Amino acid sequence: MYEFEFEKPSTIADAVKALGEEDAQALGGGQTLIPTLKQRLAMPSTLVSLSGIAEMRGVCPDGDAIAIGGATTHAEVEAATADSYPALSALAGQIGDPAVRNRGTIGGSLANNDPSACYPAAALASGATIVTNAREIAADDYFQGLFTTALDEGEIITNVRMPVPQAAHYEKFVQPASRFALVGVFVARFADGVRVAVTGASEEGVFRWSEAEAALAGNFDPAAIDGLSVDAEGMIGDLHGTKAYRAHLVGVITKRAVAAAA
Amino acid sequence: MVKVTMTVNGRTASGEVEGRTLLSGFLREELGLTGTHVGCDTSQCGACVVHVDGKAVKSCTMLAAEADGAEIATIEGQAAPDGTLNVIQQAFQDHHGLQCGFCTPGMVMSAAALLKDNPKPSEQEIREYLEGNLCRCTGYHNIVKAIMAASGQDVSAVAAE
Ligand SMILES: Cc1cc2nc3c(=O)[nH]c(=O)nc-3n(C[C@H](O)[C@H](O)[C@H](O)COP(=O)(O)OP(=O)(O)OC[C@H]3O[C@@H](n4cnc5c(N)ncnc54)[C@H](O)[C@@H]3O)c2cc1C
Ligand code: FES
Ligand code: FES
Repeated sequence: MYEFEFEKPSTIADAVKALGEEDAQALGGGQTLIPTLKQRLAMPSTLVSLSGIAEMRGVCPDGDAIAIGGATTHAEVEAATADSYPALSALAGQIGDPAVRNRGTIGGSLANNDPSACYPAAALASGATIVTNAREIAADDYFQGLFTTALDEGEIITNVRMPVPQAAHYEKFVQPASRFALVGVFVARFADGVRVAVTGASEEGVFRWSEAEAALAGNFDPAAIDGLSVDAEGMIGDLHGTKAYRAHLVGVITKRAVAAAA
Repeated sequence: MVKVTMTVNGRTASGEVEGRTLLSGFLREELGLTGTHVGCDTSQCGACVVHVDGKAVKSCTMLAAEADGAEIATIEGQAAPDGTLNVIQQAFQDHHGLQCGFCTPGMVMSAAALLKDNPKPSEQEIREYLEGNLCRCTGYHNIVKAIMAASGQDVSAVAAE
């Protein structure tokens, strides 16, 4: 790692101020950023830790939604949403391993937008609102492709508001070496429709599978997916699976997710 | 440089660290606590697992500066001062839960974190909890067996001797 300064503010306002310095970068749980720094793929002047900001931690009910502080760890989300949003709790409990879950945060995961990460699928399928220090961004506008989001330089995710569906399930086909999703599908049924978000599959990162959503809105049953498929073109093809294999998995995993949620 | 003070195995430890100093580096190089092993340095193997405020953490993927004010437990603090092994360590010895021993500090610290939350885990729960702890030698069976035994459970049904 290149050397950097370290700051640990205790309020959002101080964090935003510290991030205004040239080449300053936010540090969540460090589970992605520290390995990146070790490879010298980034050279921040200062890391601004968000872990000491009490107003960014914890989960609380917010009408028909739950509000999750941006610096809340995966383990904390798993524990705090077991009753209020079980599908989300189960997703958080399947990320990486226990030690990763004790440090990694929801804000860090959503800011990073790894194409194989789990939380982006939950946020997109739930129709979440990403709350930052500056504004509120709908999940549909937030994810903008591989490792790319609507966040501006120095903008931090302070909260994530997740509407709780009537029924939901996240089905993860694990890539056993990395423990990320080879393909993961989050299905969420609301009173006014169904949302299906797919991670791990597309070269563009997480996406909504609208044909499946339309079919499931009329018939929330795995059979509704029969005959539907995603185009293999645009899928990720790598040593873990070809484009065609991933396209096939999207259908299979969506059916499993619906079966588990129904 | 950042000034840090933490409690390590019950004793206060202070030092000046660079921003980039890892907790694993601080423990090993500043405090001489080399029981915490660095196997991969890429967050994969779990040999470096310690407890930070009671939670299992990969110390190669946490900055020492982040641990300022925290309570740290490492493998060195597990046995009694006279060297008597704790129940998990003793079970690893009794059930041959180690061969070369490189992964063992992380395995024991992960096991201790698991048993604190879940005093009687099933075999499946133990295997899932050890997802982030790699062992190149044992094939895991005897590690799982040792943790079952340490939690006071019958181990006769656990696969393969
Ligand atoms: C072994 C291993 C297995 C893993 N398995 C999975 C898995 O199965 N599924 C999965 O989804 N993830 C997995 N991860 C990734 C893990 O979930 C990370 O914790 C997460 O991607 C990043 O979160 P973080 O808090 O650690 O962020 P950091 O690593 O601290 O930061 C990541 C990026 O986000 C920025 N950032 C951090 N917090 C904020 C914020 N609040 N606002 C704005 N920007 C911010 C940082 O500047 C940085 O650019 C795994 C990681 C490891 C090491
Ligand atoms: S040395 Fe930390 S996970 Fe391998
Ligand atoms: S005993 Fe050798 S790596 Fe586990």
